Amino acid sequence: MIETKTLTCVACPKGCEVTVEYEGNEIIEIKGNACPQGQSYAEEEIVAPTRILPTTIKVKNGALALCPVKTTKQIPLENMFEAMEIIGNKVIEAPISMGDVFIENILDTGADIVATRDMPAEIK
Amino acid sequence: MNKKYDVIIIGAGISGCAVAWKLARYNLDILLLEKEADVATGTTKANTAIIHAGYNADPDKLKGHLNVKGNQGIREVAKKLNIPYEEIGSLVVGLEDDNLSVIDELYEKGLKNNVPNMEIVGKEWLREHEPNISPKAVKALWAPTAGVITPWEAALAMAQNAVANGAEVKLETAVEDVMTEDGKVVGVKTNQGDFEADYVVNAAGLYADEIAKMVGIEKINITPRKGEYYIYDHAKDFAVNHVVFPVPTPISKGIVVTPTVENNLLIGPTSHNVKSKTDLATTREGLKEVYEGAKKLYPSLDLRDTIRVFAGLRAADDSEDFVIEAAENVKGFVNVAGIQSPGLASSTAIADYTAEILADEGLKLSEKKDYIETREEPVRFYEMTNKERAKMVDQNKDYGQIICRCETVSYKEIVDAINSPVGARTVNAVKRRTRAGAGRCQGGFCGPRVVDIIAQELGIDPTEVKQEEGNSQILEYKIKELLGSKVMDNA
Amino acid sequence: MRKVKKDLVVIGGGPAGLAAAKTAYDDGIKDVMILERDFELGGILPQCIHNGFGLHHFKEELTGPEYAQRFINDVEERDIEVKLDTMVLDVTKERKVYAMNKKEGFLEIEAKAVVLAMGCRERTSGAIGIPGTRPAGVLTAGTAQRYTNIEGFVPGKEVVILGSGDIGLIMARRMKLEGADVKAVCELLPYTGGLTRNVVQCLEDYDIPLMLNHTVTAIKGEGRLEAVEISEVDENLKPIPETAKTIKADTLLLSVGLIPENELSKKADVVLDDRTGGPIVNEGRETNIEGIFACGNVLHVHDLVDWVTEESQIAGKHAAKYIKDNYEKTGRCAEVKAGKNVSYVIPQKIELEAGDRKRIPLYMRVSTPLTAVDINLYADGEKLYSFSEPFAKPGEMISVPLAQKTLDDLGNLDEIKVDIIEKEGN
Repeated sequence: MIETKTLTCVACPKGCEVTVEYEGNEIIEIKGNACPQGQSYAEEEIVAPTRILPTTIKVKNGALALCPVKTTKQIPLENMFEAMEIIGNKVIEAPISMGDVFIENILDTGADIVATRDMPAEIK
Repeated sequence: MNKKYDVIIIGAGISGCAVAWKLARYNLDILLLEKEADVATGTTKANTAIIHAGYNADPDKLKGHLNVKGNQGIREVAKKLNIPYEEIGSLVVGLEDDNLSVIDELYEKGLKNNVPNMEIVGKEWLREHEPNISPKAVKALWAPTAGVITPWEAALAMAQNAVANGAEVKLETAVEDVMTEDGKVVGVKTNQGDFEADYVVNAAGLYADEIAKMVGIEKINITPRKGEYYIYDHAKDFAVNHVVFPVPTPISKGIVVTPTVENNLLIGPTSHNVKSKTDLATTREGLKEVYEGAKKLYPSLDLRDTIRVFAGLRAADDSEDFVIEAAENVKGFVNVAGIQSPGLASSTAIADYTAEILADEGLKLSEKKDYIETREEPVRFYEMTNKERAKMVDQNKDYGQIICRCETVSYKEIVDAINSPVGARTVNAVKRRTRAGAGRCQGGFCGPRVVDIIAQELGIDPTEVKQEEGNSQILEYKIKELLGSKVMDNA
Repeated sequence: MRKVKKDLVVIGGGPAGLAAAKTAYDDGIKDVMILERDFELGGILPQCIHNGFGLHHFKEELTGPEYAQRFINDVEERDIEVKLDTMVLDVTKERKVYAMNKKEGFLEIEAKAVVLAMGCRERTSGAIGIPGTRPAGVLTAGTAQRYTNIEGFVPGKEVVILGSGDIGLIMARRMKLEGADVKAVCELLPYTGGLTRNVVQCLEDYDIPLMLNHTVTAIKGEGRLEAVEISEVDENLKPIPETAKTIKADTLLLSVGLIPENELSKKADVVLDDRTGGPIVNEGRETNIEGIFACGNVLHVHDLVDWVTEESQIAGKHAAKYIKDNYEKTGRCAEVKAGKNVSYVIPQKIELEAGDRKRIPLYMRVSTPLTAVDINLYADGEKLYSFSEPFAKPGEMISVPLAQKTLDDLGNLDEIKVDIIEKEGN
């Protein structure tokens, strides 16, 4: 069955409205994008959407109880909850530097889980 | 269960606390029991906070006898115990189309009740003293002895003073039965054990009828009567200088517009009977009634700057009067029931009257030698000038950390509120004592900090900190708990 | 009371305060103090752990903490004094700032110039008068975000959200990812208040229903929230009683508006604009009180922090000029007015000597969603020029540059007006 979906491309702030005609996982036509990034974004959104996962990880002996983290690149949307569970079961010891890798290649996506802030150890 | 008390008071609302305060000046072992986690969590925390002058109370009822006496009494106790109180006076304002003769009737009733210094005033007086009032306002009853108070602070101050004089207060202790033997009271059964006493005072507010039934008294029947309110941020551009009532109708005292002693603007209440003693919900219709009533008196009022809506329940007995009397069928049991308006204003007089009844029942009242008359003024940063605050922080650095931005409440005030006698155990208890969370952001900023301080001071986990009632935890889960995380928290 | 004199005092160490302080420093004002009430700098950003910040300013996509860190680094690399855990209690129109902290007690700081950068507070359920009870479990989305991302607690697990502004959308996803069941996001208006990318990435990705034209009409539950009643609303935004239905919930998050936090500004006699909730300012972000400037969310609610940074750089630059006595008013003031379909325009006044500036960015919001629009600028009634945009949404701030050259050509000017009109044939 041929379906049409209209997406707002998030590749850049322009936010082009891109219309995709597709059947199952096969792209038929893409219209409305102002650049090739829009085309690849639209294709991916229909076939296998990916997202950056921003979340937090528990910290031991840190100035705060949680350190914010993110994936170093977009990972498949369908992996979100499993990734959350894996991250939820880890505790990191402070001090932490922005960019520290906590989990390498999570769920074999090629993305690492890294710290998005510095955090000193707790002052006792 | 070893100690035997002279008097057990059931219910730590304004009535129970006032009785405890009164009896604490005598050589008696007093126990004040409260089923919730704080004093004043029932009707006492959700009313119009008015100390009535006394012209509205029926001279033929107990209300009429005790209001004016109580009005004088509260003024004295407010000074002694440092309870915020302002004698701003009240007006019953008649608009063009109202039945203005009611104002004269109230004046006459006031005279009968010995209300001092009342006057009938006209348009000019109103224009000068209440500039924002409706241009249709033509006549008013002016009663300078009315005032506004912080009702939960009054109850707390009396309870704390009672404790300073040797009384005991047990919170989270619910009376399940009153025990009698040979037609005499011998004590109470509670969820925290049994307590023995020769005298029991029933000041259980909405539940006074249920407590009375425990000793076979059927005549008391409490119908919860709901009143809804809007409260505004601090009265800024919109000045209301007195407690302003409309002309009452046979069914309702009407929607009041008043500044509170903490300088908020308060409008309400409605007056409708409800079925359940726990129905504290505000309603669309009720709030509309409040707003429209207030607007009649103050046409330029709008709903901007409101910060909260709430409802309270009056404990209305069928007799529509206070029921303060010794039980006939059982010795040593005194009811202090049906305390709706003017219960707050009459509280000290109710306490005196109750003491007299207990004496008649045989309780020996001999005055204590080292009785402590006063309560030290609590530190209230929100009332202080910057100079005064600077002085406090020089004395103790813990005053230097401001937790509640909207009301300017320091860390030390919150810690002290938790650790004082009859200390705060919940978020709302902290709010009532310190004002933290009572401001325009309603705890949006200070909430997490207050929860943390309570957890620290009580030695509990933040997920155990409650807002008010038994099942009102603020936070249900630790982070990652819902993901089935198996990692333990570091302490 | 400790008394101190400073050239520049910045109230608030969030993105606005940080950018203003850094800019003033680089423009020659070395004696700068930032007063911050929290235990660390960054304002609201440390709890905004999601990405989407910096696309304009850094041409990179950063999370809130990462964006904040760039400016925190700027401040730390410079000799800018920072006082943390310090609450400002008062500001006078003579630019005396009164603040308090545990370490030093009470401070009186006399400043040559003050930058107000206090941000916003959230509108509450009491302020919009939602009927019902007042149980635990009802909180604003920002406070829930603080609990979830900083303090380490999830308020509850059956969540309804009122308000489809960005904070509501972001928290919908956050709660869902941390294991809660987010049952619906209700939005009073027929359109969402947040960025489109957030509707996609926070709601659609997780099958969270967005119920437009709906609001919460009652809160139920005695100690803890048990349920919310939601109803559809009519064209006048009034609830339709027959549509009421009850959703079981233990948590209600409110994302019903941000209010610029100007209580301190009022103490200094700063005049506010009813439409923005923030001070009336000229193009240098100076308020009606000499030497008191405002920028960031305290001035008007921004959608992207990138605009906060740009605006705060303007405020910092002009605060520096003012201190150096290099700050000239032309003596003429052009009022900037919001025309048809425009909620507000910032700045509200143009009155400074141009100096080396090339343009004045005018920030504005459309009052209702429109498609295929012309954004028109008028000078004293005459059309200056137009920009075309495919659409204009209230949730997305619009920045229109007013070229200095154009202003120079116009000479004496009383009024600039902006309107946003849908093109003909739409």
